Amino acid sequence: MEDCLAKKMEITVSEAEKRTGRNAMNMQETYTAYLIETRAVESQSEGQCAPVDSLWRRYSEFELLRNYLSVTYPHIVVPPLPEKRADFVWHKLSADNMDPDFVERRRIGLENFLLRVASHPVLCQDKIFYLFLTQEGGWKEMVNETGFQLKADSRLKALNATFRVKNPDKRFTELKHYSDELQSVISHLLRVRARVADRLYGVYKVHGNYGRVFSEWSAIEKEMGDGLQSAGHHMDVYAASIDDILEEEEHYADQLKEYLFYAEALRAVCRKHELMQYDLEMAAQDLTSKKQQCEELATGTVRTFSLKGMTSKLFGQETPEQREAKIKVLEEQIQEGEEQLKSKNLEGRDFVKSAWADIERFKEQKNHDLKEALISYAVMQISMCKKGIQVWTNAKECFSKM
Amino acid sequence: DTSLAEVNSFSPSMPISPSSMINQYKFEDEPELRDLFITVDDPESHITAIETFITYRIVTKTSRGEFDSSEYEVRRRYQDFLWLKSKLEEAHPTLIIPPLPEKFIMKGMVERFSDEFIETRRKALHKFLNRIADHPTLTFNEDFKIFLTAQAWELSSHKKQGPGLLSRMGQTVRAVASSVRGGVKNRPEMFTEMNDYMETFSQKINVLDKIAHRIYKEEREYFNEMKEYGPIHTLWSASEEDIADSLKGVASCIDKCCKATEKRMAGLSENLLPILHEYVLYSEILMGVLKRRDQIQAELDAKVDALANKKTEKDLFSEEIGKLEDKVECANNALKADWDRWKQNMQCDMRTTFTNVAENNLHYYEECLATWESFLASQTVDLHVEEDSEDRP
Repeated sequence: MEDCLAKKMEITVSEAEKRTGRNAMNMQETYTAYLIETRAVESQSEGQCAPVDSLWRRYSEFELLRNYLSVTYPHIVVPPLPEKRADFVWHKLSADNMDPDFVERRRIGLENFLLRVASHPVLCQDKIFYLFLTQEGGWKEMVNETGFQLKADSRLKALNATFRVKNPDKRFTELKHYSDELQSVISHLLRVRARVADRLYGVYKVHGNYGRVFSEWSAIEKEMGDGLQSAGHHMDVYAASIDDILEEEEHYADQLKEYLFYAEALRAVCRKHELMQYDLEMAAQDLTSKKQQCEELATGTVRTFSLKGMTSKLFGQETPEQREAKIKVLEEQIQEGEEQLKSKNLEGRDFVKSAWADIERFKEQKNHDLKEALISYAVMQISMCKKGIQVWTNAKECFSKM
Repeated sequence: DTSLAEVNSFSPSMPISPSSMINQYKFEDEPELRDLFITVDDPESHITAIETFITYRIVTKTSRGEFDSSEYEVRRRYQDFLWLKSKLEEAHPTLIIPPLPEKFIMKGMVERFSDEFIETRRKALHKFLNRIADHPTLTFNEDFKIFLTAQAWELSSHKKQGPGLLSRMGQTVRAVASSVRGGVKNRPEMFTEMNDYMETFSQKINVLDKIAHRIYKEEREYFNEMKEYGPIHTLWSASEEDIADSLKGVASCIDKCCKATEKRMAGLSENLLPILHEYVLYSEILMGVLKRRDQIQAELDAKVDALANKKTEKDLFSEEIGKLEDKVECANNALKADWDRWKQNMQCDMRTTFTNVAENNLHYYEECLATWESFLASQTVDLHVEEDSEDRP
C-alpha cells in the first residue's frame, strides 16, 4: 500500500454548486458541479503547506471515469458511485436531485468514491484517474481516446455466456449467489429502515402538540400552571430532537447503500469470468470440431453428418487436390486455434488468480466497514436514548411539581 | 380484611398490574378514615330470550354501623349504574357526580362485548363506585347503600318507587325553560369564574385526549414496523461469516427495543388514555352542575321578580322566597365545597398520571440504552487495531 495514491495526495470533494448549461441537444439544463481539491502530502512533512489544486467535475464525468475503470480492470471489484437519484426515501427527504441535503450526501459519497479508488493498490496507478483529479480540460477526450468503449462486453454477450457456460469456477458461482443475497437483504433492510424512521418521526413530532395545549391550559391554573408550562417546553425540545437524530441515521444508510452497490461490482467480476470461461469453452469446442473435420477428410470416413458431405455424395466426390487444399487450411486453423486456446487458458487462469486476490481484499474491507457501521448505529441509538432520558427526566420533574 | 393497612388494596380476584395500581382512584385526604371498600370484577354474560347483557360482581366490605353486615356481594348491570347516577343527580343537583363510562364506544375499533371493551368498562365502573364512596356527602346516600347491598329483586322493586318518569320529565322541561331564561344575571362572581374556567378546561382536555390518542396510534405504527426490522438482520447474518455475530447482536437489540415499545404503549393505554377520557366526561358533568345551580338561582329570581310586581300577598311570597333563598344558598355552598374538592383531586390525578407517563418513557429509554450499551461493549472487546486507517475513506 506504500505506493498508493491516497498516501501521497490529499483528496477532497469540498463543494457543490448549481450550474446551468446546454446539453448535447442544445437544451438548457441545470446540474450540480463538484469541486475536487487535491494537495500533495509529501511537502507537508517538510513543514510547508503545499498549494491546493482544484477543478470542477459533474456527476456524469464521475460515471465516465467509473465505466472506464470497470472496462479496463475487469478483474477488480471497482468501487461504486453514490446513487444517481435518491432512493429509499422516507417522507421527510425529497427525491429531488437538487435538494440540498441530497446534494450534500452525494458530495460525501463522491469523495468517498475517489478515496476508495486512490487507496486501491491497482486502480490508484491508473493515468486516467490521475488526470481526472488534476486536469480539468480535455479529460473527456482523453478517456474516449483510450478506446475503452470498444473493449466493453455487450450485455447480450454476457447474458448469453451466463446461461451457457458449462464449467465456471465454483468460487465465482458462490460469489454470485452471495452478491445476489447481499443485494436483496440490504435493499430490504434499507426499505424497512426508511419506514421505521418515518414512524419514529411521527411519534416524536406528535409530542410537540403538548406544548401549545399545556401552555394554554396553564393560563387558567394557579398551582399547576408553572409545571404545565415548563413540561410543555420540554415536550417541544423532545419533538425537535428527532430531526438531528434522523439526519445522522441517513449517513448510516449511505454506508449500507455503498455495499448494496458493491454487490453489483462483485457480480460484474463474476460475469467477466463466465464470459471468459464461455469463450474458452467455445474455442475448445471449435478446435475439437475442426480436428474432427480434418481427420474425416484425411481418412475419408464421414462420421458426422454434414451438408457438404451429402452434396459431395450426390454431386460427386471432390478431387484429391481439393481435399488436400481443405486439409491444409484446416491444419493451419487448428494450429492457430491451439495457440489461441493456450493463451485463452492462460488469460483465464490469470484472471481468476488476480480477481480472487482482489475479492479477498474486498471481503476484508467489507467486513471491517460493515462491522464499524453497525457499531456506529449502536452509538447513534445510545445517543438517542440518552437524549430521551434527559428530556423525560426534566419533564417528570415538572409534572411532579404540578 | 378491612384493616387500615389495606387502604388501597382490593379483592384478590381482581387482576392487579403495577400500572393499573396507579390508575386506581387515590383519594388523598384522610385515607385512614376509610371504612367502605368496594371492588368491581368478574364480568359475566347473561343470555335471555330478549337480550344479552353483562353483569359485574360488586363486593363491599365495611365497618359502618348503618350497614347490617360487614360484607356484601351483589351483581349489577350497566343499567343499574345509570339508575344510581340519575338518583344521585336528583338528590344532589349541585354536587359533582363522578362520570360513568359511556354506553357505546363510537370509535368503531371495539366490539360491543369484546374483552377489551368489557375490561375498560369494568375499570371505569370500579372507579365510579369508589369515587362515590370517597365523597363526603354521596357516600351516605341511601340509594347508594341499596345499590351496594340489595339483592337483584330488592333493587328492582326499589327502583319502581320514587318519582316516576313523568315527574322527571317535568323537571327536565323546567330545567330547559329556565336555562333559556336566566340564572345568569344574579350569578355570584365565583360561579361566573367557574364557568369560564370550565369552558377553557373542557376545550383543553378534549384536545389533550385527541393528542394522547394520536401518540398511541403513532407508537403502535412504530411498533409494527420495528417487528419487521430486527429479523432482517438475522436473515443477513445467515449469509455472512465474520460479521454474523454483530448482525445477530443488532437483531437482538432491535427486538428488545421493540418489546420495550410495546410496554410503553401499554402504559399509555392503561393510564393516560383512561384518565384523560374521564376528565373529558367530567368537564361535561361540571358544565351540567353549573347549569343546574343557575336554574335553582333562576327559580328564586323569577319569584323575586314576580313579588316586585305584586303589592298584595307579600307575606305569602316572602315565605316562599325565604325557602328559595335557602335552597340557593345550600346549592351554592355544596357546589363551592365540591368544586374545591374536585379541583384538588384533578390536580392530583393529573400530576400522578403525567408523572407516570414520564416514568414510562424513562423506563423505555433506559431499557433500550442498556441493550445497546451491552451490544457495544461486546463489539469493542474484539475490535483489532486497524493499520492503514488513512487508506480507508
